[in-house]
Amino acid sequence: MTSTATRPALFKAQHLLAISDLSPVEISAVLDLAHHYAGSGKNLPHGDRVLSGQTQVNLFFENSTRTQSSFELAGKRLGADVMNMAVSTSSLSKGETVLDTAMTINAMHPDFLVVRHQSSGAVELLSQKVSCAVINAGDGQHEHPTQALLDALTIRRHYGKLEGLTVAICGDILHSRVARSNIHLLTKMGVRVRCVAPTTLVPSGLPNFGVEVFRDMETGLAGVDVVMMLRLQVERMSGAFIPSLKEFYQFFGLTEETLAFARPGALVMHPGPMNRGVEIDSSVADGAQSVIREQVEMGVAVRMAILDGLDRSRRAGDTP
Amino acid sequence: MIGSPARSRRAYVNAKVLAPMQGLDCEGGILVEDGWILAVGKAVTRESVGATSTVIDCKGRLLIPGLVDMRVFTGEPGSEYRETLASASEAAAAGGVTTMIVMPNTKPVIDDAAIVDYVLRRARDTAKVRVAPMAAVTKGIAGEQMAEIGLLKRAGAVAVTDAVRAVTNANIFRRALTYARDFDMLVVGHAEEPSLSGGVMNAGEMASRLGLAGIPAMSEVIMLERDLRLVEMTGARYHVAQVSSALSLDVIRRAKDKGLPVTCGVSIHHLVLNETDIGAYRTFFKLTPPLRSEDDRRALVAAVADGTIDVIVSSHDPQSDDTKRLPFGEAAFGAVGLETMLSSALTLSANENISLSRLVEALSQRPSSILGLEQGRLQAGAPADFTVVDPHMSWKVEDASLRSRSKNSPYEHRTLEGRAVETVVAGRSVYEYAP
Repeated sequence: MTSTATRPALFKAQHLLAISDLSPVEISAVLDLAHHYAGSGKNLPHGDRVLSGQTQVNLFFENSTRTQSSFELAGKRLGADVMNMAVSTSSLSKGETVLDTAMTINAMHPDFLVVRHQSSGAVELLSQKVSCAVINAGDGQHEHPTQALLDALTIRRHYGKLEGLTVAICGDILHSRVARSNIHLLTKMGVRVRCVAPTTLVPSGLPNFGVEVFRDMETGLAGVDVVMMLRLQVERMSGAFIPSLKEFYQFFGLTEETLAFARPGALVMHPGPMNRGVEIDSSVADGAQSVIREQVEMGVAVRMAILDGLDRSRRAGDTP
Repeated sequence: MIGSPARSRRAYVNAKVLAPMQGLDCEGGILVEDGWILAVGKAVTRESVGATSTVIDCKGRLLIPGLVDMRVFTGEPGSEYRETLASASEAAAAGGVTTMIVMPNTKPVIDDAAIVDYVLRRARDTAKVRVAPMAAVTKGIAGEQMAEIGLLKRAGAVAVTDAVRAVTNANIFRRALTYARDFDMLVVGHAEEPSLSGGVMNAGEMASRLGLAGIPAMSEVIMLERDLRLVEMTGARYHVAQVSSALSLDVIRRAKDKGLPVTCGVSIHHLVLNETDIGAYRTFFKLTPPLRSEDDRRALVAAVADGTIDVIVSSHDPQSDDTKRLPFGEAAFGAVGLETMLSSALTLSANENISLSRLVEALSQRPSSILGLEQGRLQAGAPADFTVVDPHMSWKVEDASLRSRSKNSPYEHRTLEGRAVETVVAGRSVYEYAP
């Protein structure tokens, strides 16, 4: 991929709020560009630092070290000036609303706003009130589209394709925006998606998302190509949605024994941070089939591609 | 004690064998080896079993599958002065009960796999009859946190229940039902809305005359309605431990008509007693749910006959004199019943419109199938658990004749007709009546 002037559009959307903003062809284009960045992103020639002179604001209403640093690194590698705002420690505690914060930031004229918020739909609301490109870095229990893109890239690099694979998403589906974005993306790309969880952690109507729901690991993991574990939100789980972490580990933890139900050599993924000994055993998390570290690496590449893509969409919009 | 069954062949012959779910109602016998039934029915006679078997002549008495009592409270662990698993099992054997399902509201509460294991081991080492525990559905039966239903089932718990309490928080109970369904675990409900249940006996004229606070039947109906709506929402298998009023039966019938996975129990006391038995503040008749009116009692009897009520339990609840010999309002709820359940049930078949077959189903075969147990049936290959019954033998209920460690029987000094004369568990005779 080459210099600023000749860059073709990747997708039409002006914001990345949800996977539904992208068509299957556009997702492939994003993954292609991300794949390119994964190879050379760290040492981009100066002329390819396409966001040089632009401003990216990371607005995190909810703490997240890994996603925020991933976006920060992605912006910086593309030459943008990146500013981090941890809102939970500043104005919100003084009674400012989300929209007040948006107005303040808007007055600073950033080009990109990367937002994480604890309420589903909050990022969408912000996008209506600011004049820059908005990227959803996770809103409530709704979506986390860049996580799904980086998961898809990781899978595609191992299998050379997405279509026709079978992926099991396991654990706390109910509270997981990662699960929702992955379900939308993977089903869109022709992947057979299974969800494996106790029914208390399955959102109602899930089969209508185009997935198969399983209640135990043995049948749920049978023959799958990828096992994607989710983080169990331990602080609000015990006794409410599941009896205890001990019982969850016994029946739904990924161990060498349960992993054996999957296709031999199946990939093990986790969006992090992991609860070792709760949803995943250390021997599996650090084992030969784990691609968890690679997921983090792909995160930067995917976010570079999205920033680049949004910049192209904006330019296309400016010059009809 | 059940672990090592008698190895020889034993034949019980010249009996009237009754096991409706196996279609058995005939003169015949049962042949037993190593704790299992080898053959049962017409073909088993003194002549057919030959000389290799020890032959027991039942003298034309009734032979039925051993009773499976779905609601037994003991004091073990924690209140052994009231009842141990061993003393309860003595009472059970004398009452023809071969399997006791014990309740989890012990000290500590049976809410952990290790305690299930403890109870099963204590029962194996000390009890004469089979024992299986129900475990708590919430930790400490406190109604706040779901218990480890999967691990409890794996350890041997046959159902989950908070015993004498409803899980009042509807969302917690909904989640417990949802979770239990994944493990195909039966959830047993106690139908009582606590905010309506501050009283000590059935609400109505009788309570007003005695000056006692009443518990309206609506307390039961409201909680039962709620539970059944949650069953409809979650698809869990649900059994209401006991109903006491005619109003509840309408609710159960509607749920069954809808095809919900719902079953229903009643205590033997509610089938033979009513609120007027309380008389002059007799605390042995203070039960939960309370004894209701005669109309309610008749409706319950009819519901057993037509199958709306699936199961009859003893609701055996031993209480010491310290907690029973008190003013009515201050006395504990509960009555013993293991030894008298069969006799009381036989009077129902003699005096009311319930067939003997229906009683055998409700006392043994249905509870066993609801709990997924292999006992409660008379067929080749099944465990040799059965009871020989003399339906006409009369006997008097006295403190001295009751084997339970606590003597709070509402039938004390009464003469009952019909009783178990021999009880067999895993092929071993664990009780023989000696007048």
